[in-house]
Amino acid sequence: MPKRTDLKSILIIGAGPIVIGQACEFDYSGAQACKALKEEGFRVILVNSNPATIMTDPETADAVYIEPINWQTVEKIIAKERPDAVLPTMGGQTGLNCALALADHGVLEKYDVELVGASREAIEMAEDRELFRKAMDDIGLESPRAELVETWEQAVEAQKKLGFPAICRPSFTLGGSGGGIAYNIEEYEAIIKRGLELSPVHSVLVDESLLGWKEYEMEVVRDHADNCIIVCAIENLDPMGVHTGDSITVAPAQTLTDKEYQRMRDASIAVLRKIGVDTGGSNVQFGVDPKTGRQVVIEMNPRVSRSSALASKATGFPIAKIAAKLAVGYTLDELDNDITGGRTPASFEPTLDYVITKIPRFAFEKFPSASSRLGTQMQAVGEVMAVGRNFSESLQKALRGLETGKSGFDPTGLDFADEDDMATLRRELREPGPDRMFYLGDAFRSGMTLEQVFDHTHIDPWFLAPIEDIIAAEKAVAEQGLTALDAERMFELKRMGFSDKRLAQLLNTDEAALRQLRHTLNVRPVYKRVDSCAAEFATSTAYMYSTYEEECEADPSDREKILVLGGGPNRIGQGIEFDYCCVHAAQSLREDGYETIMVNCNPETVSTDYDTSDRLFFEPLTLEDVLEIVHLENPKGVIVQYGGQTPLKLARALEAAGVPIIGTTPDSIDLAEDRERFQQLINRLGLKQPPNRIARTPEEALTLANEIGYPLVVRPSYVLGGRAMEIVYADADLARYIRDAVKVSEDSPVLLDRFLDHATEVDVDIVADADGRILVGGIMEHIEEAGVHSGDSSCSLPPYSLTAEVQDELRRQVTLLARELKVVGIMNTQFAVQDDNIFILEVNPRASRTVPFVSKATGLSMAKVAARAMAGKTLAAQDMTREIVPQYYSVKEAIFPFLKFQNVDPILGPEMRSTGEVMGVGHNFGAAFARSHEAAAIKAPPLGKMFLSVRDADKDRLVPIAKEALQRGYSLVATAGTSAFLNDHGVACEHINKVAEGRPHIVDLIKNGEVVYIVNTTEGRQAIADSFSIRREALQQHVTYSTTIAGAKALLHSLDFRGEGEVNSLQDLHDKLNQDVHPA
Amino acid sequence: MIPALLVLEDGSVFRGHAVGALGETVGEVVFNTSMSGYQEILTDPSYMRQLVTLTYPHIGNTGCNAEDVESDHVQAAGLIVRDVPRMASNWRSTESLPEYLKRHDVVAIAGIDTRRLTRILRDKGAQRGCIMAGESVDADKALVSARAFPGLDGMDLAKVASTPAPYEWAEGTWDLDAQAFKQPAKRFKVVALDYGIKRNILRLLAEAGCDVHVMPAQTSADDVLAMQPDGVFLSNGPGDPAACDYAIEATRKFLDAKIPLFGICLGQQLMSLALGGKTLKMKFGHHGANHPVKDLDNGRVYITSQNHGFAVDPDTLPDNVRATHRSLFDGTLQGFALTDRPAFCFQGHPEASPGPHDIHYLFDRFAQMMQEAH
Repeated sequence: MPKRTDLKSILIIGAGPIVIGQACEFDYSGAQACKALKEEGFRVILVNSNPATIMTDPETADAVYIEPINWQTVEKIIAKERPDAVLPTMGGQTGLNCALALADHGVLEKYDVELVGASREAIEMAEDRELFRKAMDDIGLESPRAELVETWEQAVEAQKKLGFPAICRPSFTLGGSGGGIAYNIEEYEAIIKRGLELSPVHSVLVDESLLGWKEYEMEVVRDHADNCIIVCAIENLDPMGVHTGDSITVAPAQTLTDKEYQRMRDASIAVLRKIGVDTGGSNVQFGVDPKTGRQVVIEMNPRVSRSSALASKATGFPIAKIAAKLAVGYTLDELDNDITGGRTPASFEPTLDYVITKIPRFAFEKFPSASSRLGTQMQAVGEVMAVGRNFSESLQKALRGLETGKSGFDPTGLDFADEDDMATLRRELREPGPDRMFYLGDAFRSGMTLEQVFDHTHIDPWFLAPIEDIIAAEKAVAEQGLTALDAERMFELKRMGFSDKRLAQLLNTDEAALRQLRHTLNVRPVYKRVDSCAAEFATSTAYMYSTYEEECEADPSDREKILVLGGGPNRIGQGIEFDYCCVHAAQSLREDGYETIMVNCNPETVSTDYDTSDRLFFEPLTLEDVLEIVHLENPKGVIVQYGGQTPLKLARALEAAGVPIIGTTPDSIDLAEDRERFQQLINRLGLKQPPNRIARTPEEALTLANEIGYPLVVRPSYVLGGRAMEIVYADADLARYIRDAVKVSEDSPVLLDRFLDHATEVDVDIVADADGRILVGGIMEHIEEAGVHSGDSSCSLPPYSLTAEVQDELRRQVTLLARELKVVGIMNTQFAVQDDNIFILEVNPRASRTVPFVSKATGLSMAKVAARAMAGKTLAAQDMTREIVPQYYSVKEAIFPFLKFQNVDPILGPEMRSTGEVMGVGHNFGAAFARSHEAAAIKAPPLGKMFLSVRDADKDRLVPIAKEALQRGYSLVATAGTSAFLNDHGVACEHINKVAEGRPHIVDLIKNGEVVYIVNTTEGRQAIADSFSIRREALQQHVTYSTTIAGAKALLHSLDFRGEGEVNSLQDLHDKLNQDVHPA
Repeated sequence: MIPALLVLEDGSVFRGHAVGALGETVGEVVFNTSMSGYQEILTDPSYMRQLVTLTYPHIGNTGCNAEDVESDHVQAAGLIVRDVPRMASNWRSTESLPEYLKRHDVVAIAGIDTRRLTRILRDKGAQRGCIMAGESVDADKALVSARAFPGLDGMDLAKVASTPAPYEWAEGTWDLDAQAFKQPAKRFKVVALDYGIKRNILRLLAEAGCDVHVMPAQTSADDVLAMQPDGVFLSNGPGDPAACDYAIEATRKFLDAKIPLFGICLGQQLMSLALGGKTLKMKFGHHGANHPVKDLDNGRVYITSQNHGFAVDPDTLPDNVRATHRSLFDGTLQGFALTDRPAFCFQGHPEASPGPHDIHYLFDRFAQMMQEAH
């Protein structure tokens, strides 16, 4: 049956901000769905609170609402737009939960809106673990034995039946939040109680342990005629016990015979039919006992997912796009398989002639107090995917694509003669952490046999053998030396996936020399195509990967080409915002007639969709891999400034190798990052920086610190996202920092900057062209004071308190800077404004995290304009010369993963820890701020007791806040110092003990639910440690809190606007923009 | 590693290493895109005189066992793969693939660019080829051998692949949980003509209630009908269907007798020829487990296993033929039924093995046909 004609407009619910367990794969899926439905002539309405997405570009949907994803707001959108249907399966758990809430509150019925893609019943049956288990019983499929518990007493009974270890999964939580494995009753109690708390329905499923079993995922697509296909079977390298999002996974499934695979295929399809997923993509997870082959169904997701994005990239089959079309009435056979140019229909099962490896990337270094052991709760923040013609190649490409400083199976540095180190090694094998692959390598290096490694890890021997072989090959390479490397041996090693760099390390030579040798031997990669059909049908789609084989299928053209280097795996500090910029570069230059070429290895992204650019190389972003592509394609220009630090780190070496980098030169980028050179530039321009010094020894650090005075921001040079950055208040703090946090040396100096207390931080993003013309994209005033990492603070565009004079001065300064740095492209500048004194904190002559937010707020596609500027089209030629300052306010708020990490302090500081962002728009600052908090699901504190505890420097500024709170009807409670201060200033305030002062204390109060809002500012390591339990408890108990005075002030002001105001589509907002404020 | 090479009739040379028996083998080079089921493929008699390349690069991952076979020995003339992993891993594995190949004296090559090979076969069509494995491989000699292979056009292999003597079959498919073959009840007496029959066909016939009497390819129709079966089954098999005059003749008589008749693969081609239709050699055929086939009666799409190098020309079939299935890859006729007698057939492999089970229902259709004829 073809497309339904009774539907005219469809609302798609997005996934909201990037959080652990729900990342930019939903931008990929959602953007595909929007495009697919628009293509079919539907009016597409989109709601997504995340501005850093391609799907919220005004071109993606007919009406884009960057609004909170909750049923109340979505009801307003439905009332305004009156869609015929809602498609809830593209927005992850957020989309499904919102759809269920809309159904529960009668909104769908009231406005006669149909749920397409998945029915309410299907969502409930799949999501409710007990209903799901019953459904599996009905169709004769085995599930792990389990008990659903709603109280601790029930949990005790359940445990007696199931034994230890017990797998605990709270119902309806994202990415398995709050789940865990308990080996004893103490752990069990902790996990159960936390799980009951975190589960919105207050239930936890306790599962029989399947630790050590093999784990599989099947990606299934079904249409309303009941045609079912398996798009991809994914096998986890990590056995059961590690969340699949944290697992290294491989496609296709490797260790199933056809009989076992077909049984799993039949079961997957039976699950979809039973759950009633009428149309669309779903995934079904299985566990298989490696000893007996017993197969159990673990769970299913009745929607597109992280693994469906991976499966799409792994096979070339665009699941979300097809799922969207199936939801509006098509059947699979009516749709084309795009990658074969429509030669074949979408109703087939992709077949692979390569091996896919996905490795997750973690951010435990950001959360040093959290346990880095992997378990049933997802903790990864990103992932890398690699394609190879065998598992070894695929695996080693993925390892170097991770960008964690490894170029293959680098040793961990353990001493195998040391018994403690061997104990560490065994522990790392038994209780896997983020670096398990490298410990695996070391295990074989230490002489462990494959059987021993298997006993520790339960990783299938099929995966272990190639790793053992790689380590053996490494040893042989090192022993035989450089002279043994003839063409045949080199080819053989490259076929195993060895990087030039790793081989160079093994041979004590440098990477360039090794590469030179390889080229002399004429050993170069070829490029094969991902075509979904193992070459059975010809394809013109240029989705490629490198390998070492006989035949190259790249077939490069002689058109004018621009190559865009992507950002690699997402991490905190480098995420979807950079992918957004890369996609915009590809789109705009493609429109301008260039052949665009994308290089990236992140499967979650829009940039790695094969139709984003003319040609896609799914490759690691290392010097070796990029140079080979440049050699093949010979582009006119290479864009390095859009993919974050990943390509920037390569810029110098690429330039040295003769690669034509367009836009701001690597030298200018370096100039801005090199403290000393930059300081000279600032002085030359007559601008100001906070007093700062560079120290190359610990002694020098202490001396210099006293020259400029405390407090100080200290950090190692060359960092992104504020790694290891700290504010220190005294010599002792600094000495400890140098001892524990960084290694100070001539090569890695430490930077000392005077910390500007109570200063307002400002971000300014601009575009500059080759003529030296500057276009200001936006001035963003931070809400939190300087000292909070810019990626973690909320900000307002336009500024809400800066004077026009200050803003003009900022414009003048960025213009000077951009011209001096000869910026062509994007430049981001961070300022601190302290009593009308303007200090420059840093300049980044490259795409910044704020580019998509600015673009959404102003309607100016900065990344597109800048890409064109880099390619040689001036701002004047683009007719892009006027700054746009909207009359409405847009506020960006950061989203944090603190709930995922036990024992982590949610206090904001100079180290970036947010994973995502939301945007709120309003007619004034308060309204926009309120909307951004609704989008971030920050509760408006109901009337009740407000707890105040602030550092001395903030006490004066607390008084007006306290007064306002009283006026609003809150009562106040504070610890001794703060309450005395307030009482002295005529503000009525109760006293409560600090935790150390005896009971009842503040944490008791929070636990008892007596506190509705917490304002807690603090400074100094000890004070922060002392007040940690307050913030942590607030987080666990969902009590709203602010850790800065400015944040508290803004929050209180915004309460008038919570839940108020109309919803606005981006298109309507942009239509109203005043285009004539500040000439460039 | 012992060297090996593959040479195609067009002169293409691929150098790799031996992963099976040493020696030389010739045949028609075909590619199969199924990612699982190499043991089933190797033992499928339809691959007789064919050198099979498997497009998935790791082959041998799950080793070999006693159950996953489609006949009692390896039928393919040779195996061509990208890589055989050192470690086979599966709880049912009793032997590695290289051991298995050596034990069955099958010459096999690994380490070559199988995607390059596949692209050659796709563009030029199935090629005659020669695999040589051993220390003294010689490309020139291999080319001569490859070109000396007569090709499958006009070659009658059904009688070669067939059982020499009749036998009965009663067991069903392998039950992965019970670790045993199922033992279904018998409701119909079926004579299955063996032109190279796959065991999973026998197993699924048994599960559909058939008491299966397997007869050699050249058994006459009269002898079959004298056994008074409830239905007759025409099996799959290797070679050129047009060369099997005895089988075409027998099929014609079964049609005349209006006895319930079911054909798979070669069986469909024989039925077409018996009806006066024509078959033709395809460019590179259908060999895979991901082929979409549309059931023209209910509009549903099924993912099927396919393995054929010859196809029926639908324009040459008489009016009493009603197309029931069509390939969505290339529109070829995938199944038909006769309007005036109880006979139907399918070009792909409903018994799968390897492949999806989507179209198992054809076995039930046969049972139902016999039920109705009673």
